[in-house]
Amino acid sequence: MNPDLGAAPGIVALVLVSVATLAIGTYGLRFSRTTSDFMVASRTVRPRMNASAISGEYLSAASFLGVAGLLLTFGADMLWYPVGWTAGYLVLLTLVAAPLRRSGAYTLPDFAEARLDSQAVRRACSLLVVGIGWLYLLPQFQGAGITLASAVGGPTWLGSLVVGSVVLINVISGGMRSITLVQAFQYWLKLTALLVPAAVLLVVWAGDGRPGPATGPAAAGGSLSWSSPLAESGPTGLYLTYSLIVATFLGTMGLPHVVVRFYTNPDGRAARRTTLVVLVLIGIFYMVPPVYGALGRVYAAELAASGRSDVLVLELPRLMLPGLGGDVLTGLVVGGAFAAFLSTSSGLAIAVAGVLSQDVTGRPYAGRRLGGVAAFRVGAVLAVVVPALVSLSPSQVGVATTVGLAFAVSASTFCPLLLLGIWWRGLTAAGALAGLAAGGLGSGLAALLTLFPGWADGWLEVLLRRPAAWSVPLSFLVMVAVSRLTRDRAPLHVRRFMVRLHTPEALDLDRG
Amino acid sequence: MARLPRPWRRTHLGSDADRATFRTLHTASLAAPALRAGLTRESAERSIKHLHALLGTPAIALSDTADLLAWDGAGHHHAAQVPALATEALARSGTQVVARRELPCTEGQQGSCPVRAAVISPLAVEDRVVGTLQVFGPYASAGLVRAADEVARWVSGQLELAELDTSRTRLMEAEVRALRAQISPHFVYNSLGAIASFVRTDPDRARELLLEFADFTRYSFRRHGEFTTLAEELRSVERYLLLEQARFGDRLRVTLSVAPEVLSVAVPFLCIQPLVENAVRHGLESAEGGGHIRIVAIDQGQECVIEVEDDGAGEDPEHIRRVLAGDQSLDSVGLGNVDGRLRAVYGDDHGLVVETAPGAGTKVVVRLPKFAPGVHA
Repeated sequence: MNPDLGAAPGIVALVLVSVATLAIGTYGLRFSRTTSDFMVASRTVRPRMNASAISGEYLSAASFLGVAGLLLTFGADMLWYPVGWTAGYLVLLTLVAAPLRRSGAYTLPDFAEARLDSQAVRRACSLLVVGIGWLYLLPQFQGAGITLASAVGGPTWLGSLVVGSVVLINVISGGMRSITLVQAFQYWLKLTALLVPAAVLLVVWAGDGRPGPATGPAAAGGSLSWSSPLAESGPTGLYLTYSLIVATFLGTMGLPHVVVRFYTNPDGRAARRTTLVVLVLIGIFYMVPPVYGALGRVYAAELAASGRSDVLVLELPRLMLPGLGGDVLTGLVVGGAFAAFLSTSSGLAIAVAGVLSQDVTGRPYAGRRLGGVAAFRVGAVLAVVVPALVSLSPSQVGVATTVGLAFAVSASTFCPLLLLGIWWRGLTAAGALAGLAAGGLGSGLAALLTLFPGWADGWLEVLLRRPAAWSVPLSFLVMVAVSRLTRDRAPLHVRRFMVRLHTPEALDLDRG
Repeated sequence: MARLPRPWRRTHLGSDADRATFRTLHTASLAAPALRAGLTRESAERSIKHLHALLGTPAIALSDTADLLAWDGAGHHHAAQVPALATEALARSGTQVVARRELPCTEGQQGSCPVRAAVISPLAVEDRVVGTLQVFGPYASAGLVRAADEVARWVSGQLELAELDTSRTRLMEAEVRALRAQISPHFVYNSLGAIASFVRTDPDRARELLLEFADFTRYSFRRHGEFTTLAEELRSVERYLLLEQARFGDRLRVTLSVAPEVLSVAVPFLCIQPLVENAVRHGLESAEGGGHIRIVAIDQGQECVIEVEDDGAGEDPEHIRRVLAGDQSLDSVGLGNVDGRLRAVYGDDHGLVVETAPGAGTKVVVRLPKFAPGVHA
C-alpha cells in the first residue's frame, strides 16, 4: 500500500472531526440557545436527548476500537466487556439512578457530603474521582495514539500529543462544556461511523461466499476455544471472567463524567427513563464491534498475530475492500474513532478539572487564591497532562484492559459508597472512609502494578490484573464492619435524607 | 528595633506563657463551632472534649436545665446525678460548689473514683439560664471555681452568638415572607387593568393572561419551602414578563436564553424575580423607545451563571454599593434582600455582582453552585 495515498482519507476525517469539534465548542453556546421568547417547560432536557448525550460521552475509544481487537485476539469471552459495560446501566437503573438524582448531588463528592455530612469523605471521593478519571483518560490517549499512527502514520507518541492538545484547548476554551445537544450528536455520529462500514463489509463478506476463519496461527486454538465464553481454561479463567463481570457491572455508577449528566434530569423518574434509553442505545451500539471481530478472524488474522489488534476496526475496511470504497469507509471509522476519543476525554477532563478546581487548585495557597476560571484552567491542564505523559511510556497493556482497571477501581470504591449510602441507614462517615481506603488502595495498587508489569506471575498476577472480584467484597465488608463499630456516629439527618432519596416526587411531602 | 523578634520566623512562638495562651485559645476555638449551633445534645457532645481539655479536670458535664447532655472523663457513674445537681444549682443563683457527701459513688467504684467534689456554673443567654457546666475533681479549689466560672461565661457567650445566628436566619425568613407579600399593589392594579382592556377586543388573550396572573400569584404566595428549581423560578419570571408585556406592549422587549442543562438547579425561592422586576423598572424608566431586558442562564460545570440585564438609565455604582450593604432607605430593597440571602445560603463568594454606570444600563450577575449542602428544591 502506498503510505502517502493511504493516509489521505484518515487525515481528511481527522481534520474534519477536529475542526467540527473545536467549532462547535467555540460557537456551540450560541448554537444551543434560542433568542426568541420560549416556554421554559419546553426546554427541559428530555430523557431521550439526555440518554443520547450520556451514550455519546460514555462510548469511548475502548468501545470503538478495543472490543473488536480483543475479540479478534482472545475470542468470545471478551464479549463480557460490552455485556458488562451495558449491564452496568441496568444496576444503575434499578438501584442508583433515581435516588442519586433526588439527592440533588452534582458530583460523587457532593453525594458523599450530602449523605455523610463529612468533609473528610468528600475529600477522599475527590481524590478517587481524579484517580479514576486519570486511569480512564490514559487508554483514551493510548487509543488516540494508535488511531493516528494507523491512519496517518508516524510514531504513536505524536498521536497522544496532538490529541492531548486538542482536548486541552477545547476544554480550556470552554468548549463542549456539557452541551447536551453536542454530546447527543456524538452518539449518532459514532453509531453511524461504525454501523455503515460494518453493513457494507458484511455485504462484501456475503459476496465473497461467506468464508469461514482461516486455519492459521491466529486460530491455533481452534474455533471451539475462540468461541468459549470463559477466559482461558481452568480456575484462573473462571476467576478472570467473574472478576471482569463484577468490575464492569458495578463500575459504571462510579464514572465521574456519567454521574454529572444525571443532574440534567428534572427528577428521579426522568433519571430512570434516561437510564432505560441509555441501555437500549448502548446495547445497539455494542452489537456492532463483534461483527468486526468476527470478520477480522476471516480477513485480518495476521493483526492478532502481530499484536496490533487494536487497529482492526481501522484497517479492516481497506483489507476487505481495496480502492475508493475502502478509503471512504476508512475515513468514516477514523472519524468515528476520533470522535469517540474526543467526546469521552473532554467529558472526563471537564469532570476531573471541575473536582480539581473545587478541592485543589481553587484553595488558597500562601494567602492567595486563584479565581474560578483560572482555577478551572489549571485543573484542566493537570487533568490532561498527567495521563498524556503516562500514555507516552511504552506499555504493552491493551486499551480495553486499562479501561477495565478504571472500572475495577470505580467498582471497589464508589459502588459500595453509593449502594450502602442509598440503601442502608447504618453507613457512617468513618465506615465510608475505611471502605474507600480499603477498596481504593487495593484496586489502585493492583492497577499500578498491572500498568507497569513484571512484578508478579501466576495467581498473584491474575489477582492483580482483575482485582474487582476480591476488592469489591473487601470494600463492602470494611464499610459495613467499621460502620457497625462506629454506630453511634451515624449522621443525624439520615432518616430525613433517606425519605428524600426514596419518595417519588409525585408524592406531596415536606422534604425540607 | 533590630532586636525585636521577627514575627514571621516560624521557630519563634513566644514565651511559655504566650504559648499557653495560644494553646488555650486554640482549644477554645475548636469548641466554638459546635456551640454556635446552640445548646443541644449534639453540640454538647461535639464540644465537650475541647472544654474538658481546656479545664484539665478528671471529668466535666454539660446539662440543659433538666437533663444531662454530655459527659466526658472518668467516674461516669456520677453522670446519673447530673440532672439533680443542675436543678439544685438553678434553684439558687451563681456558681455552686458541691461537697463529697452529696456525690455518693456507686458500690465498688469508691476506691478508683477521682470525683470527690463538683463545681456547677450556670450557662446563661441574655440573663436566662439555659443549662449548666459541671466540673468534677478531687477537691474544689478556688482556682477550679474560677476556671469553671470563666469557661461557663465563655460558653454562654458562644450560645448568645448562636441565638444571634438564629435570629438572623429568622430575619431572612421574615424578609422572604415580606417579598412574597410585596407583589406591588401597582403591579396587581396595572395587570388587572391591562387584562380588562383585552376583555372586549381579544377575550382569548384576556383569559390566558388571567390564568397567568393566577399562576403568578400562586407561586409568589407559596407558603412552604425555602428553595425551588431554576425552572420554576424562571417560569414565574416568564409569567411576570408576559403580564408586563400585556401592559407595555412593544415598549418592553425581552430576550430569554437559557441553557436547558441548568433548569434543574435548586435555587433560593424568589432569587431571580426581584432582579427582573428591578430591570423592568429601570429599563423602562430610561427612554421613550422603551427598554430591552435580557435574561441569560449559562451552564458552567459546577456552577450556573444567571445574568439579568437592561439597557436603561443605569445607576451610580456607589448607590448600588449602599443598597447591597443593606441601606433600607433606598428603593432597590429587592436587590439587597436577594444579595443577603444568597450570601447567607452559599457564602460570601456568591453574592450579587452588579455592573452599572449612569447611562450604561445595568447587568446583575448571579453565580449559583449546582450543589450546596442543605440546598434542595
